[in-house]
Amino acid sequence: MSHTPHIDSAELQSLVEVDRVHRRCYSDPDIFELEMKNIFEKTWQYCGHESQIPKPGDYYTFQIGRQPMVMVRGEPSASHPEGAISVLYNRCPHRGVQVCGSRAGNAGDKLTCPYHAWRFHYDGSLESVPLEKGYRDTRFDRNSPEFQMTKAEASDSYRGFIFARLAEGPNLLDWMGPAKIAIDDMCDRSPVGKVEVVFPSNRVVQRSNWKFFMENQIDAVHPSVTHMSTGQAAAEVERKIQRQTGEKPLHYHMLSAFTTPFEKWDTLVNTGYPYGHIVFSGYMGLRPTDPDTRAHEAVLEQAYGKAKMEEYLDRNIHHVLLYPAVSIQSPLQQLRVLRPVAADRTLSEIWHFRLVGAPEAIYRRALWYFNLVNSPATLINADDLENWQRGQKGLSASGSDWVSFHRDYGRDKDDGSVLESTNGCSEAPMRSQFRAWLKFMTVNH
Amino acid sequence: MTNKQAQTAPDLALQHEVEQFLYRQSELLDNKQWQSYIDLFQPEQGMYWMPLLPSHTHWDGTPSIFVEDVDLMTVRMKRVTHPNAWSQQAEWGTSHVVSNVAIESIDAAGEIHVRSRFHMMELRRDDLRHFGGSYRHQLVRTADGLRIKLQRVDLFNAQSPFEYVLQIWV
Repeated sequence: MSHTPHIDSAELQSLVEVDRVHRRCYSDPDIFELEMKNIFEKTWQYCGHESQIPKPGDYYTFQIGRQPMVMVRGEPSASHPEGAISVLYNRCPHRGVQVCGSRAGNAGDKLTCPYHAWRFHYDGSLESVPLEKGYRDTRFDRNSPEFQMTKAEASDSYRGFIFARLAEGPNLLDWMGPAKIAIDDMCDRSPVGKVEVVFPSNRVVQRSNWKFFMENQIDAVHPSVTHMSTGQAAAEVERKIQRQTGEKPLHYHMLSAFTTPFEKWDTLVNTGYPYGHIVFSGYMGLRPTDPDTRAHEAVLEQAYGKAKMEEYLDRNIHHVLLYPAVSIQSPLQQLRVLRPVAADRTLSEIWHFRLVGAPEAIYRRALWYFNLVNSPATLINADDLENWQRGQKGLSASGSDWVSFHRDYGRDKDDGSVLESTNGCSEAPMRSQFRAWLKFMTVNH
Repeated sequence: MTNKQAQTAPDLALQHEVEQFLYRQSELLDNKQWQSYIDLFQPEQGMYWMPLLPSHTHWDGTPSIFVEDVDLMTVRMKRVTHPNAWSQQAEWGTSHVVSNVAIESIDAAGEIHVRSRFHMMELRRDDLRHFGGSYRHQLVRTADGLRIKLQRVDLFNAQSPFEYVLQIWV
C-alpha cells in the first residue's frame, strides 16, 4: 500500500484561491497520493460497460485510485437473468495475489487464485480452499469478510455503464446529478435506448497530471491555438475535395472545426456542478440534413414519436465531464476514462460505443472521429499531449508558483453550488472543478 | 512459402524489385520525404491501414490506428509541416529496418501480395521508442512503376498502452 501523506486542511486551502491555484496541485507527489485517497477512492468511478463482459465469468480489470479492481459477470439468477455484475478488489484474501491476471478474459468455472487454488464465486465469496482441515481450530472462518474477495463499498450501473465507489457516499444518480445527461444523450440516440462497446479500446499515456486532461476537455480557448496545424491542414484538403466533388465529407469538418475562431467558441456555455461535473453545451454540426441523418431521425421517430426524437437529437452537448475521471462526448458515442498513475503520469482508456438499432452509417460517422481524433495516431491529441507535458515540466519548476484561472472571474453565474459561465471561453469550469477538488481534499481531515 | 520450383530467374528479378521498393519506402520515412512517400500510393485507391487487432480483416467500418487514403495522408503531411504544429518542435527521427520480404502471390489482376517484417526505432527529445511488426503490401504495376494499393501494418505492440502517440506512418 502506498503511504498516506499528511497535509492539513489549512495547507490545502492555501493552495486554492478563487481565481488561481498553486502549481503543487499538479506536481506534488504527496498531493497526488491524497487525491487518490480522498477523491478517486471516495467517489464513484467508472469501471466499464456491461457489454464488455457479456457471459458469466467474463471479467475486466482496472484501477480505482491505487486499488486493482475487477468487474465480473455472474451466473444468471431469478433476480438477474443476465447475471449480476460484481466489482471486486482483484486480490486473493490468502496472500494478496491478483486473481484475474489479464486485462480482460473469462475466469472459467470459478475465480481461482493461481498461487494456492483458493476458489471464489463470481461475486467474490469463498467457494473452497484446499486442505481445509488444516484450518480446523484456527481463526480462519470461511464466512468472514476477511476470507472473501472484497467487494467495492458500492457498485451500480446506469443504462449499462458500471460505476463503483470504494467508500461511503451518495448514490450513483445523486452523484451524477444533471451530468447524467451525458449517458442519456448517448443511449437515447438508439431506438432501443441502448449502446454496446466497439472493441477494442485505445490506451494512451500522457506524461502529465490527470487534471490537465479534465481542464483541457472544457477549455474552449485552446482548440484554435493548439490544433491550428491540423485544423488548417484539414480545411485545405476539405476545400480541394469540395472543388472536385462538390461535397465536404463530414469527417473533414470534424478536424477543420478545430479552427473555429474564439468568438464562436465564446457562444458556448459551461455549467459546473457540486461534485465537480461539467456540462459543456455547444454544437459541432452533427445534426446535418444528409440522408444518413434523416434515416436516423426516421428510426428514432418510429421508436419514440416525433417530439421525443426532436428532443433527443436537439440536445446541445459538446462534452460532459463526470469528475474526476470521465469525459463523455455523447453525440459521437465516445468516452474517455482516466486511470492516474503518478502526479506526472496518466493512463487514459478511450472507448467507442455503437447505438443498438441505429443505422450503420451513424456508427461509421462516429467511427471517423474515433479513428482520426481518439486513436493512438490521433491528428488532434498529439498537440494536446505535447502541451500538457510541457505544462507538467513548467509546473514542476519553481519561479512562478501560480496557475491563472482569472479569465472572466467575477462574471460567473454562481449560486454557491452551480457555477455557470457567462461565455464559452471563460475559465469558470476550471474554477468550478477546483472548488469541488478542495472540498473532497479537505473533508474528514 | 515460396517453394524451390518458384525460384526461377524472373521471380528473383521481381523479388529484387519489390525489396528495393520496400527499402525505398522506409528510407523516405526516415528522411521525412512525406510527399514522395505519399506518391508511392495509388492516387485514387491507395490506402494506408494500421489495424488495432491482427484479427481485423478490412479497414472499412473497423476501429483502426491509421486508416488513410491519399487525401487524409495529405492532411497528416500538411499538419506535421505546418509551422504551428507544436508537437513537431521537439527534435525527432526514426530508423526503419525492413526484412523477411516474401512475395506471397500474384493474383489474376497482376496485383502482387508481399509480406515483410519491420523494426523501427524512434527518438523524440531524449526518449527512445521501439516498434515492430509486419507489413502486407498489395502492389500494382503502373506506368510509373510499382504503386501501393493497400499497405496493412500490424504493429506488434498495437495493444499495449501508447507512450505518447504516433504522429506519422510507421
